[in-house]
Amino acid sequence: MKKQCDKCGKPASVYLTEIVGGEKIEKHLCEDCACAEGITIKANVPISQLLEDFILQSGEDEPESKCDVCGLTFSEFRQSGRLGCPNDYDAFAKELQPLLERAQEGASQHIGKVPHRADSSQKRQTAMLRLRAQLKDAIAAEDYERAAVLRDQIRELENT
Amino acid sequence: MRLADLTERAGEWLRGAGPMHDVVISSRVRLARNLAGMPFLGRCTAQQQREIEERISREALTAEIAADMFYVDVAAAGELDRQLLVERHLISRQHAQGDQPRGVAVSKDETLAIMVNEEDHVRMQSLRSGLQLREAFADLTRIDDRLETRLDFAFHSRYGYLTACPTNVGTGMRVSVMLHLPALKMTGQIDKVFRAVRDMRMEVRGLHGEGTEATGDFFQISNQTTLGKSEEQILEEFLDRTIPNFVDYERRAREALLRRPVAVDDKAHRAMAILRSARRIGSEETMYLLSMVRLGANMGRLKDVSIKTVNELFLMTQPAHLQRVLQREMDAPQRAEARAAYMRKRLSLN
Repeated sequence: MKKQCDKCGKPASVYLTEIVGGEKIEKHLCEDCACAEGITIKANVPISQLLEDFILQSGEDEPESKCDVCGLTFSEFRQSGRLGCPNDYDAFAKELQPLLERAQEGASQHIGKVPHRADSSQKRQTAMLRLRAQLKDAIAAEDYERAAVLRDQIRELENT
Repeated sequence: MRLADLTERAGEWLRGAGPMHDVVISSRVRLARNLAGMPFLGRCTAQQQREIEERISREALTAEIAADMFYVDVAAAGELDRQLLVERHLISRQHAQGDQPRGVAVSKDETLAIMVNEEDHVRMQSLRSGLQLREAFADLTRIDDRLETRLDFAFHSRYGYLTACPTNVGTGMRVSVMLHLPALKMTGQIDKVFRAVRDMRMEVRGLHGEGTEATGDFFQISNQTTLGKSEEQILEEFLDRTIPNFVDYERRAREALLRRPVAVDDKAHRAMAILRSARRIGSEETMYLLSMVRLGANMGRLKDVSIKTVNELFLMTQPAHLQRVLQREMDAPQRAEARAAYMRKRLSLN
């Protein structure tokens, strides 16, 4: 027969046996009460849920951080769940940390494949991002002379 | 090679072969990549999005990735064609519905597909029948290496391959295995299996990936973690533990059913009888009945139908395929009639 939760009487799904001072204590808890007791059995939630929870957390007291390369603010990321450019990982390193840890089993260091191209340094990648942002502005301002210069610089970086 | 030719046959992944194919329908590995020095898609100008599509589609077609690669401009494709690609698992639903410039490069045998401008600039997948994750991964590594000689992908020494959503960062790798678990469902053990999946930090999805319900006893198991593990570790978890466990549970449940085979015989033969005589049938009911027929055939209880045929019917009776095969547009009630007629023809006894 299915046991009931010791706390709330709902069907229990966690059976816990503890030895306290040589004495065996058996506990039967439902998932919610087990969580409240600090027994983390909700080890896993779907990715979409995780992101949603994270995005819904209020961040009112924080000063607004912004990526100076693509212009994305952290609250815009909270709304969309999508980052704006590769530089955001550095720009929002602190804010992203808790999300990454929850989504990635506490990991924050890549240990997998590394691209063969040795020249793909982050510095160069970010320089290209900045140039593209400037190019966008130059086109918006109809400064085509500057746009042409920027385009050449981007091409040059692309081909190195 | 044209999109229209696709409906003439089912893709390699529905061949109904490969290791553990009685339970494992297909294996898929996907890698997410973004061009270095470019904003992620949502932050790109329309011009940049076109530039990305132009560049990646060109490289995908000229990098000698596979014989007879062809490119489908998804933004220009009609709704039916987009749906067809979704049903064949060549693009995601999200990709079908977007409004940005986008497309997909596909190999002739459909084992390889490179989505351009989905959530990330590049999402390449290898899809094979049965449990063939290592083969699928080897394919992708080859393609990734090849593309990398021509394109620079955004990479961070700490976070690895950078993706628009932080839940894909690191390896950018998502492994998905499609399982057919009818006996676990019949014997009421499926919930237990789902709990086990979540404890292993895996995710269960429906037939068409993220956000879809698991129907007709088909379940897709995917890894959640992409950072802090190597590609090899992620593969090993699936190959050494996760998948063999599921296969083992399902096979045991099938053996248990065989102790009193009348129950499974009844379900399989009834399903076959309905499919052979119905005059109108919806896609969900079809799915359920084909699942029972597949179980019966796999257990040797139904002799006159092959797994390959059953797998093909799963695909060909879906809405877009049905309309393509019969070459006319139909609403749902018309499709229900056409589906029943098609099924009777394919499963006829003579």
